[in-house]
Amino acid sequence: MNKDGVILIAEQDHKHFDMMKQSLLRSGVSNKILHLADGRRTLDFLSDVTQPPDGEHKSRQYILFLDVDLPEVGGMEVLEKIKADEKLSKVPIIMLTATDDPQTIDRCYELGCSTYMVKLAENDDLEESIKKIGHFLSVVEIASIE
Amino acid sequence: MDKGIAILIAEDDAGHFQLIKKNLWLACVNNDILQFKDGQQILDFLLKTGDGPHMDETKQYIVLLDVRMPKVDGLEVLRRMKDNDKLRKIPVIMLTTTSESGMIEQCYGLGCSCYMVKPVDYHRFMEAVQSLGKFLSLEGLRLPSIRPSGN
Repeated sequence: MNKDGVILIAEQDHKHFDMMKQSLLRSGVSNKILHLADGRRTLDFLSDVTQPPDGEHKSRQYILFLDVDLPEVGGMEVLEKIKADEKLSKVPIIMLTATDDPQTIDRCYELGCSTYMVKLAENDDLEESIKKIGHFLSVVEIASIE
Repeated sequence: MDKGIAILIAEDDAGHFQLIKKNLWLACVNNDILQFKDGQQILDFLLKTGDGPHMDETKQYIVLLDVRMPKVDGLEVLRRMKDNDKLRKIPVIMLTTTSESGMIEQCYGLGCSCYMVKPVDYHRFMEAVQSLGKFLSLEGLRLPSIRPSGN
């Protein structure tokens, strides 16, 4: 992922977001990390970045961590809308959620998520997991949105 | 990742395959690893054609795919998988020396999960594959079933 790439975290719980951000930073991620507190804001943010530049510099590379359980618009609907959008469909989406249900998992892969990660109960484990995800992201190339 | 999940690696370079396998193992990936030496071999496995081994629809798979391969290249394998109702859900990670942005865009456009460039430097290659391995060995990672649940 290049240095201009932005990591978006759609997560209702502020404490979870802070923990995820800290863990990603600790893993050596130097990209900008933004919090989106519900599904509506996530869709609005991404629809905004597909608009033609208005002078303000906008990154063309994004990766999205998406919780299934989000207010306003649920995570699965956000996933479906992004993957159905010609301009946004290349944005890799990592589902990161407490929902551990085979049908939800199958559906998310059907809709085109990159990976589905279940938040396990222990917070320490989650921090460790996020760090490993951060290391992995540092060796992944991301497509730019058009 | 569940220990029952098999990792399918389509890689024509025997040295690269050994290096990938070894470094996944060093990152505590203990899953079965199957090697395919070209694109046709992995398509035969997934589409259950030809004389070789065929996939088992009750199992779960993840695919690591090289782009440049003999017979059928990785891009075509990805396209065929994502065009197939059953195979579409299987996550495909591109692992290739090709770093052209056009190829990266094309693979994401077709629906790959991630795109990794193999570093030319031996140690960086080992590190990159180990990062992938540590990601794959996360306990929380879930994969789809090929045969829909409940059937």
